[in-house]
Amino acid sequence: MKLDPQLPSGPIHDAWTQRRRELPLISPINKRRFKVLVVGSGLAGASAAATLAEQGFRVTLLTYHDSPRRAHSVAAQGGINAARNYQNDGDSVERLFLDTVKGGDFRAREAGCHRLAEISGAIIDQCVAQGVPFAREYGGTLANRSFGGALVSRTFYARGQTGQQLLYGAVQALLRQVDAGRVELLTQRDVLDLITVEGVARGVVCRVQASGRLEAHTAHAVLLASGGYSNVFHRSTNAVKSNASAIWRAHRRGAAFANPCFTQIHPTCIPSGDPGQSKLTLMSESLRNDGRVWLPAQAGDARPPHAIPEAERDYFLERQYPTYGNMAPRDVASRRARERCLEGHGVGPGGRSVYLDFSDTIRREGRAAIESRYGNLFAMYERITGSDPYAEPMRIYPAPHYTMGGLWVDYNLMSTIPGLFVLGEANFSEHGANRLGASALMQGLADGLFIAPATVSGWLAGHLHTEVSADHPACRDSIAAVQARIDGLGSTSGGHSCDSLHRQLGDTMIGACGISRHADGLRAAMAEVRELELAFAQELRLPEPRAGRNPELEKALRLEDFLQLAGLMLRDALAREESCGAHFREEHQSADGEALRNDDNFCHIAAWQWTGEGQEPTRHCEPLHYRHATPSRRNYR
Amino acid sequence: MSSASLRLTLRIWRQESPRQPGAFVSYPLEELSPDLSLLEALDRLNEQLLMAGERPVSFDHDCREGICGACGFMVNGQAHGPQRATSVCQLYLRHFRDGNKLTLEPWRARAFPLQQDLSVDRSAFDRVLAAGGYVSVNTGSAPAANALLVGREQAEQAFAAASCIGCGACVAACPNASASLFVAAKLGHLALLPQGQPERQRRSAALQSAMAAEGFGSCSNQLECAAVCPKEISADWISRMNRSG
Ligand SMILES: Cc1cc2nc3c(=O)[nH]c(=O)nc-3n(C[C@H](O)[C@H](O)[C@H](O)COP(=O)(O)OP(=O)(O)OC[C@H]3O[C@@H](n4cnc5c(N)ncnc54)[C@H](O)[C@@H]3O)c2cc1C
Ligand code: SF4
Ligand code: FES
Repeated sequence: MKLDPQLPSGPIHDAWTQRRRELPLISPINKRRFKVLVVGSGLAGASAAATLAEQGFRVTLLTYHDSPRRAHSVAAQGGINAARNYQNDGDSVERLFLDTVKGGDFRAREAGCHRLAEISGAIIDQCVAQGVPFAREYGGTLANRSFGGALVSRTFYARGQTGQQLLYGAVQALLRQVDAGRVELLTQRDVLDLITVEGVARGVVCRVQASGRLEAHTAHAVLLASGGYSNVFHRSTNAVKSNASAIWRAHRRGAAFANPCFTQIHPTCIPSGDPGQSKLTLMSESLRNDGRVWLPAQAGDARPPHAIPEAERDYFLERQYPTYGNMAPRDVASRRARERCLEGHGVGPGGRSVYLDFSDTIRREGRAAIESRYGNLFAMYERITGSDPYAEPMRIYPAPHYTMGGLWVDYNLMSTIPGLFVLGEANFSEHGANRLGASALMQGLADGLFIAPATVSGWLAGHLHTEVSADHPACRDSIAAVQARIDGLGSTSGGHSCDSLHRQLGDTMIGACGISRHADGLRAAMAEVRELELAFAQELRLPEPRAGRNPELEKALRLEDFLQLAGLMLRDALAREESCGAHFREEHQSADGEALRNDDNFCHIAAWQWTGEGQEPTRHCEPLHYRHATPSRRNYR
Repeated sequence: MSSASLRLTLRIWRQESPRQPGAFVSYPLEELSPDLSLLEALDRLNEQLLMAGERPVSFDHDCREGICGACGFMVNGQAHGPQRATSVCQLYLRHFRDGNKLTLEPWRARAFPLQQDLSVDRSAFDRVLAAGGYVSVNTGSAPAANALLVGREQAEQAFAAASCIGCGACVAACPNASASLFVAAKLGHLALLPQGQPERQRRSAALQSAMAAEGFGSCSNQLECAAVCPKEISADWISRMNRSG
């Protein structure tokens, strides 16, 4: 397998402009002859579909939701970054670029990070023009706030519902193209396989959820924008149906999977109470602007929070990281919280949470100020836990949140399968080993609004002749393969439900491949995952009949992919003998417990190649070069 | 978080497909933690049904944090259940008493055809929005963001209208199955922003006629919609729509 990142030569500062100049153009008349398939209607997919349609391509968008507005991007709370320096605090494209590279612990490509920072400003312009109601100052200009891991205020937001408002903007642009007849919107379609002809992506197979019918859709290019795979952990901040199927099946068809073990564990989530709980809920990182994290200084102190005097509280982030304090980056804050809890200082059920306390800010600025900033988040917290965060501190604990790994793509967002482009959280790009807050929305929109429309169009310019029809043997084969998979799923009278197997997979993965990892744990987890795969194959219980609407079957198809992906995540974590960003290998840490990178041996992207059922996958490396940012040890102290 | 446990009886509308007849079936559930959500109780029931060889109950859901708008059914005759400003995924069992009996049934409206059990098809909403619920601007041609000044109060108001999640509870609660609150919220959001002005009249006419064409009823000021809306969208938006288009 050849990994050519297609990096632009020449100076980084105008590399993207240069690349756009080089990409061939297609005449407006010819654009109509091309068809593009987009999987997913999140920020990345909806904006790519709308923009490509505006340009004149024929677009089909597939999503398993009943409406594009329900894509998981809708849940993003905190905000979106852009280097606009509206606050005159010294922000710039250069600084956002450097923060992104450093935040990712030097495991992302410089050129991609620079392009992201460069495009960020235009994203805000576009969203405002679409009618996104961002927060404003009294004078009418846009307001900003700051986010973890950054010292400037560059985050644009719409109360605690930024993702919702951005997604509605993108979906409205999409629906405008639907109305114009340029986008065919196919909802309630589960994409289950990729169709390739002579190694080139030509379409996808999907299952119509209402009827169970399998369909093949073909096109000149396929764009996967199917989101992240944190649900491999079962309980995560992702929506319950977020999955890895589209990218995993493309991986099995030849797309390299990059850095699968890089999972961000978010420090501010509502901890889980009952084992029957289906997901974990994020409390936006922006809360850390005004909340102080603490635990009782005395281990095992069971007094209620207000009964613990100031002197007996340990504001451990402020103590350990005087510069960043409560705004320390996510991986750091998560690790410190876990450690303190393991040492017996934790509060709540099982001692598995820390306090996030707003009483100082409420005293200083009044309840109304907090209410206007975070009202909906506070209401959500109260609803879920039954406790009032205005009156007592929130309890929070880290939870799997965002996957930096995903399908490998080059600078043009093309995977190792020609004609297959991957956008948003589904690809691995830009964030390196750790993602800065508020930069996933930025990446999704950069990919969808600006990058893919240019590069997909550039690629298509050379491939007009290649559309295959839906009765092509490759389509029939793919459909037959999916049908065989569905027919072969489990014994219907087995003793395991999908949910119970998924819960077990989650427990294994969070224990061995969560905030902290070590070789023995990873090896043991591999064996456990193999056992779960066996249980899945032999003892899964599915309802009869398999045809028609069947949510359990949908779960089973997703879980099978998660089980396989889990194996790859564990392998990747084991192979990366260093600590970097969100990947913390206990064997590799400094005397004061900070992550210890190994730039000599691991300054690369690991891209895995599928080699067949039951075979060891092959690990390839794409070396990373730093010319503008000097790899330094991340130091937030 | 409490350690008490609850017994509930769920009386659920079961209907395999739109063509088959439906009926209520009662299911007792025991030892439920009050910290579970109602949807998590349904997960539990479904696991039991599956193991007993019966077909699990279909219901819509995804984010389970009150923002995607996928969930929604009637609980004891109320859209999204008894809790104010709460989507059904955020309805926790601590609000019920031991021994309570809950009747769960799908949204009923001509424009929302039933799919299975508690699940209905709300794609009519998207077809209404596609008729003009947007600002027509192509990518890459946007003016500088701060060139458009929007007062803070106005931005807040636009945001309040824009926060509708498209769940359809307003339609289900309305005796006429009108989509007025949904449509008025979208119109209100875009009408409050300078970006939305040029197409304002056209948008209003297009959305209102698309709403009628999809089979939604008209508004007769019952205000049931605003009472059940999980996002507390105010019925004032409907008056605004009627006043100024
Ligand atoms: C709770 C939460 C809060 C967050 N807050 C922030 C924040 O404040 N700032 C920030 O920058 N980032 C935030 N993030 C991260 C960010 O929201 C996501 O990374 C981003 O929205 C992903 O967008 P996407 O377009 O790549 O995918 P998604 O929005 O996840 O969309 C995926 C789409 O693919 C479709 N799909 C998936 N699989 C299939 C399949 N097999 N077949 C058919 N369709 C499929 C889905 O239906 C959906 O339409 C947050 C994430 C979470 C979970
Ligand atoms: S107006 Fe309220 S009830 Fe109606 S769809 Fe929107 S959020 Fe749901
Ligand atoms: S499941 Fe998303 S709003 Fe209820």
